[in-house]
Amino acid sequence: MTEETSPEAHDGAQVPTVSTSTPRKTAKTLAEKVWRDHVVKQGEGDGDAAQPDLLYIDLHLIHEVTSPQAFEGLRLAGRPLRRPDLTIATEDHNTPTLAIDKPIADLTSRTQIQTLRNNCAEFGVRLHSLGDAEQGIVHVVGPQLGLTQPGMTVVCGDSHTSTHGAVGALAFGIGTSEVEHVMATQTLPLKPFKTMAINVEGTLRPGVTSKDIILAVIAKIGTGGGQGYVLEYRGSAIRALSMDARMTVCNMSIEAGARAGMIGPDEITFEYLKGRAHAPEGEDWDAAVGYWKSLNTEADAEFDAEVFLDANTLEPFVTWGTNPGQGVSLSDNVPNPEDFGDDNAKAAAERALAYMDLKAGMPMKDIRVDTVFLGSCTNSRIEDLRAAADIVRGREKDPNIRMLVVPGSARVRLEAEAEGLDKVFLDFGAEWRFAGCSMCLGMNPDQLEPGERCASTSNRNFEGRQGKGGRTHLVSPVVAAATAIRGTLSSPSDLSPVVEPVETQSTSTVA
Amino acid sequence: MEKFSTHTGIGVPLRQSNVDTDQIIPAVYLKRITRTGFEDALFSSWRKDPEFILNREPFVSGSVLVAGADFGTGSSREHAVWALKDYGFKAVLSSRFADIFRGNSGKQGLVAAEVAQDDIELIWKVLENAPGTEVTVDLVAKMVTAGSVVAPFQIDDYTRWRLLEGLDDIGLTLRDEPAITAFEAKRPPIKPTTLPAKF
Repeated sequence: MTEETSPEAHDGAQVPTVSTSTPRKTAKTLAEKVWRDHVVKQGEGDGDAAQPDLLYIDLHLIHEVTSPQAFEGLRLAGRPLRRPDLTIATEDHNTPTLAIDKPIADLTSRTQIQTLRNNCAEFGVRLHSLGDAEQGIVHVVGPQLGLTQPGMTVVCGDSHTSTHGAVGALAFGIGTSEVEHVMATQTLPLKPFKTMAINVEGTLRPGVTSKDIILAVIAKIGTGGGQGYVLEYRGSAIRALSMDARMTVCNMSIEAGARAGMIGPDEITFEYLKGRAHAPEGEDWDAAVGYWKSLNTEADAEFDAEVFLDANTLEPFVTWGTNPGQGVSLSDNVPNPEDFGDDNAKAAAERALAYMDLKAGMPMKDIRVDTVFLGSCTNSRIEDLRAAADIVRGREKDPNIRMLVVPGSARVRLEAEAEGLDKVFLDFGAEWRFAGCSMCLGMNPDQLEPGERCASTSNRNFEGRQGKGGRTHLVSPVVAAATAIRGTLSSPSDLSPVVEPVETQSTSTVA
Repeated sequence: MEKFSTHTGIGVPLRQSNVDTDQIIPAVYLKRITRTGFEDALFSSWRKDPEFILNREPFVSGSVLVAGADFGTGSSREHAVWALKDYGFKAVLSSRFADIFRGNSGKQGLVAAEVAQDDIELIWKVLENAPGTEVTVDLVAKMVTAGSVVAPFQIDDYTRWRLLEGLDDIGLTLRDEPAITAFEAKRPPIKPTTLPAKF
């Protein structure tokens, strides 16, 4: 953010249209303002030789997988955890989503969970354990409690921490050494990021969602396109999104290589936060909103790079390969490796098709799947469940499909049950599970078998990500639901109308 | 952290881009609560293939990994760095590293050296034509040497300095403890706290 580089057009991006008449640094972007407000100590020097800034961290989220070695590091060095009151832990990655009242069967998993419990007790960290009403995926729990707010710095030993950027926070994933660093000092030494605007203008067509926006962004700029940048999602299509949908977009910033993605706080943000457990109240609320509004990117601020995406023409998007950048519109065909420009991309495509057992040129919609997974920190919030339930309600599941519905948090599960969504999914023939990361990452009992093919609302289609030998197609919740009905990758527009119950039936035809 | 100035060891050509951290170490190995002992986990899926580069002599004893672009993408798991180190790797060469992986490497004394893709291609050829060729990673001069190929590499100066000095990050930051305390005194009181817990 300190570099005086001119904006660059990225792969396929239009020529940037930013004003260059104002000198740089007078007007700031959202990310730059949040950064500015957290500098404990400015690094000396310029450019490559610059020391990092020391940045204050407002909220540290913890889970069982990336924290045990950090706690151990504190213990060995005899250091206290500096701010337990800015730290919160939950159990999510490793936890089963069935029989959660029983001891965890896998001994290593059980040990890791128990280690988190012991560490939190020893260091005074608030922990939401399995069975607790606030337990769930760390990136669902934080916003839900109102703990992630605009203008905050938020970190977690998990790359999908970018999710929290949806409320206008600067939120990013860190490694275990950094987890220990934040525990000990509540700060991180960091070099400023560059800024990239992702402008999405227009109106999404029915059946097209925020998941399709972010999958299209990743396909456009590539898995490395965002490296070194904080992304700011802007434009009318982003403004129109709900908070749940915005979280889906920011969540997958890391899949474009960016550690963080943000959306400027607006009335939708404030409406979402108001009344949440840890949101400010009364006069504090007014003061907070005033500050939050002041953080938005100024009209004449410059980004280091800009990308443009047309929401009007966007279709449901799906991945065909083994990284999230290998995606196409659902109505397209599996691409031909020969059509890729450079040898490395061609080799990567060939390898991906072999792993995915797909033939170049076959329509994506002809791909038959075995399993549908609705869940993960990308798409397990109440709106995701509602959207999928609206598709499956009154319809029949393909008998060969196994469908898992895994709410992102115990709170989301309760909310869904209060609305009767559990019944909708169970009547449809899906499994209704307890909250957790589940089948997103293959480290708890929910895993694909070798060769099994899954339409998944999660975030990564890496080889073996959902279980050794498993094959993943990343999709939106409504595409997941439509796929569970037809058995092949499908969009809601491929479905026949729902058969109305006899008493209200008029002209609907039987499918 | 051990000081690093220069290292020479067998180079391993990994002709693949987008090597994500799920490939470097699958999630099932992340259940452990230790920081060492991950050598068996490194590339564990790929190592089941007898033709995989690390199953072939002399690459089994390699210590400098020469990989395609976008190395270390995906999950933030520092276990990926621990696994590479535990196996015996001292440096990874790639034209582009994922941000979090690069950061994690710097904390653990694994040199993530950014080498231009054209030079990576030349080094791959050297290592494939003469398996067992040693690669020298000179952090002082910021140069890599493999046979007749001599190429510069990029690494940010602060990380390089810390690696050369073998400095512990937390210790460095705690020298600024008064600045942290002063910052905390000025933090707006309306910022949320996790304690006392509210529901």
